[in-house]
Amino acid sequence: MKIFRNLLDTVKPIFDKGGKLEKLYPAYDAFETFLFVPGHATHSGTHIKDSIDLKRTMAFVVLAMLPCIVFGMWNIGYQYYSAISEESTLIENIIFGFWKFLPLLIVSYSVGLAVEFAFAISRGHSVNEGYLVSGMLIPLIMPVDVPLWMLAVSVVFAVVIGKEVFGGTGMNILNPALTARAFLFFAYPSYMSGDKVWVHGASVDGYSGETILGALASNTSSWDSLLWNASDAFYGIIPGSVGETSFLAIAIGALILIYAGIGSGRIIISTFIGGYLTAYLFNLWGYNALMSTPAHIHLLIGGFAFGAVFMATDPVTASQTNKGKIIYGLLVGFFAILIRIFNPAYPEGMMLAILLMNVFAPLIDHYVISGNVKKRLSRLKLKS
Amino acid sequence: MFCFKGIKYRSKFINLHAKNVYYSMSKNIKLKKGLNINLVGEADKVYASVKFNKNFVIKPTDFHNLTPKLVVKVGDKVSAGSPLFFDKYNDKVNFCSPVSGEITEIVRGAKRRILELRINSDDIISYKKFDFKNYENFSREQLVSAMLESGLWPFIKQRPYDVIAKHVDVPKAIVISAFKSAPLSIDNDFALYGMDDLFQKGLDIISKLTNGITHLNLDGNTNSSKAFSEAKGVQINKFSGPHPAGNVGVQIHHLDPINKGESVWCVEPQDIIAIARLFSEGKFDVSRIISVCGSQVLKPRYYRTILGACISNFLVDNLHDGDYRVISGNVLTGEKINIDGNLGFYDTQITVIKEGNEPEFLGWALPGFNKFSLSRSFFSWLMPTKKYDISTNMRGEERAYVVTGQYDKVLPMDIFIQQLIKSIMIEDVEMMENLGIYELSPEDVALCEFVCTSKIEVQSLIRDGLDLLIKENS
Repeated sequence: MKIFRNLLDTVKPIFDKGGKLEKLYPAYDAFETFLFVPGHATHSGTHIKDSIDLKRTMAFVVLAMLPCIVFGMWNIGYQYYSAISEESTLIENIIFGFWKFLPLLIVSYSVGLAVEFAFAISRGHSVNEGYLVSGMLIPLIMPVDVPLWMLAVSVVFAVVIGKEVFGGTGMNILNPALTARAFLFFAYPSYMSGDKVWVHGASVDGYSGETILGALASNTSSWDSLLWNASDAFYGIIPGSVGETSFLAIAIGALILIYAGIGSGRIIISTFIGGYLTAYLFNLWGYNALMSTPAHIHLLIGGFAFGAVFMATDPVTASQTNKGKIIYGLLVGFFAILIRIFNPAYPEGMMLAILLMNVFAPLIDHYVISGNVKKRLSRLKLKS
Repeated sequence: MFCFKGIKYRSKFINLHAKNVYYSMSKNIKLKKGLNINLVGEADKVYASVKFNKNFVIKPTDFHNLTPKLVVKVGDKVSAGSPLFFDKYNDKVNFCSPVSGEITEIVRGAKRRILELRINSDDIISYKKFDFKNYENFSREQLVSAMLESGLWPFIKQRPYDVIAKHVDVPKAIVISAFKSAPLSIDNDFALYGMDDLFQKGLDIISKLTNGITHLNLDGNTNSSKAFSEAKGVQINKFSGPHPAGNVGVQIHHLDPINKGESVWCVEPQDIIAIARLFSEGKFDVSRIISVCGSQVLKPRYYRTILGACISNFLVDNLHDGDYRVISGNVLTGEKINIDGNLGFYDTQITVIKEGNEPEFLGWALPGFNKFSLSRSFFSWLMPTKKYDISTNMRGEERAYVVTGQYDKVLPMDIFIQQLIKSIMIEDVEMMENLGIYELSPEDVALCEFVCTSKIEVQSLIRDGLDLLIKENS
């Protein structure tokens, strides 16, 4: 690490004020602070600080995604070898998945960070860590066979329109990762739905790579008659976006986030409750295949769990008050199921539900806060 | 109709007190939110003694928003209790010398602002004589003017705004916190040991300043000493829970929250002793018991000293090697001073910790068994009782708000603090009032600032907000 320190110290003058590349200082600063937590001491306010910072927070969210990433890679391989009817080992599956997933990851991070750095440099502020998480989320919610150029375009769209136009990390209204997915979904629907994109190699004859939701939405078969059962959906041995299939892996991530105090347990749990209750009510009606799918199955399939744990909890775009978080979560769950059931063109209701609630989150907060304000004003009135 | 009822109730309330009948509805309040930061270097409960240091300093900057008007010049001789300066905008409020001696220097800063008055103390302190015989029968007005004249008034602070109380106001209540919960704070049970009578005398005087209740709030986690638990003429409440349970601001919020236009006054227990001494003994004796603590102190101990004392003698040959920072006050709200600096007016502890100016390689990625955090993102959560040696490192850089709900975990008040901070950032006065800024002072939100992932300076933002309101309401 001495080497890094020396290297940084040698090049620093070039980037400092008056140096040749002073405009690129934010880029230098990003690398320096990535390698070293700076030796700045507190100058005003509290003399000591909690050890947590945004880098740690973001790194921890990525850590919580690790089970999903590893499982997702395995599942890419497993689904591929099943599609071509070949036997494969655990390692073979993971290695195959790794080589499919890596390009997505590289494109997501390199394009996204390039845009972030460009904005940071042009505005002269430091590079925010927000994209560390978004950059990992985006490939996890894409179909494995999404063309890389399409991924790149969606990332640029998400970072520029989803985030930077509002002022960067912390200022955005919509979840950037979901913005990327929504962009692709509406711009190139044939690559984001159907039965060919979810499993690599699904174009072989006689194999249908459609997702459970896709199958149910076509209303030709009910849950009971599908190939998959609840335990397949729980462990995640089903076709779908890279990281969304395994409920188990997502649950491990959720536990890490909640226990560490980084993800909001309020949002996660209330989203599940909202989704379950809504699905349960529609069970009673039971008009089509999706309505009659058992409520707990609704929580296992599609992007519901992944969205609830990693997307709805994005603190910037979710409600910010504790009460608001519960209402927000309930509504995300409600709309996700509602959209699934009533709009077969968009069987993945979670994405749209979260984006919709992102927009309404400030309104929820407004009402929660005005409750507090009213209490204070009535106390004042009582006194005078 | 409802309002009418309210008024009726209030008038009854006042009548009760006019007859000197006290409510003894003591409250037992348990707070869950908050955070105790376990630091190494707690002072042992023994008194150490050092050579008397003759350098004393009174800093007008210890009093927020004060414009001092000097009444002494360099070379003047003063006794303990002689006025040094007064408040330019409220000339009744005197600030007096803690010791007798000679004014040696008046240190000025930018725009000739007065920063320090340096006094070279006599070996034996002579006191200005005050004659307040019969003070038990003093009316409220007599007490107030005696305290203003004698330099005791600055000990009385008010909420809102966390400034010296306005003597023309009558507070709706007086709140005294008998304990401090901030890291490494002094133990008032120990510091006031044996001063039961003086403390009671002080309480009797103080409680005359309000028509409402005088609250004395005890630590519900421990058994308080007799001076506090057997105090009379006040309402004794118990607060338990982590820091900031000992902050008066938090206590007022739970006892009798401040509305716009109201004020509550507060005094520190040791200052109540000084008030009692002045009236009963006729001298301005501002002896202080302080703790010298923190990880860099070799032998953390208690000391008897005097307000404004130079602290160098406590620290010479009493520090570990290495870079350090000396703080007058605690690590959350105190002020950085030099090793030959002086005790702040309201401070009762000197904390010395490591200066953290060493960069750390991939510090954000390490497991962090040795890193304190409210979150469980460092493996230190495996050892909840461990004591930490936390340096002054920033541990990250300032960022825009990303994380939410963090402040709520450490502020045991019904206030949307993050929204309030945002309303201060955009200077929305009405929103600040609506969200309860009058109930807060910077020290109450110090923990929010400590835990903030984005390293936002919450205390100074609250201060800015309060200052803006002082301007708006004047």
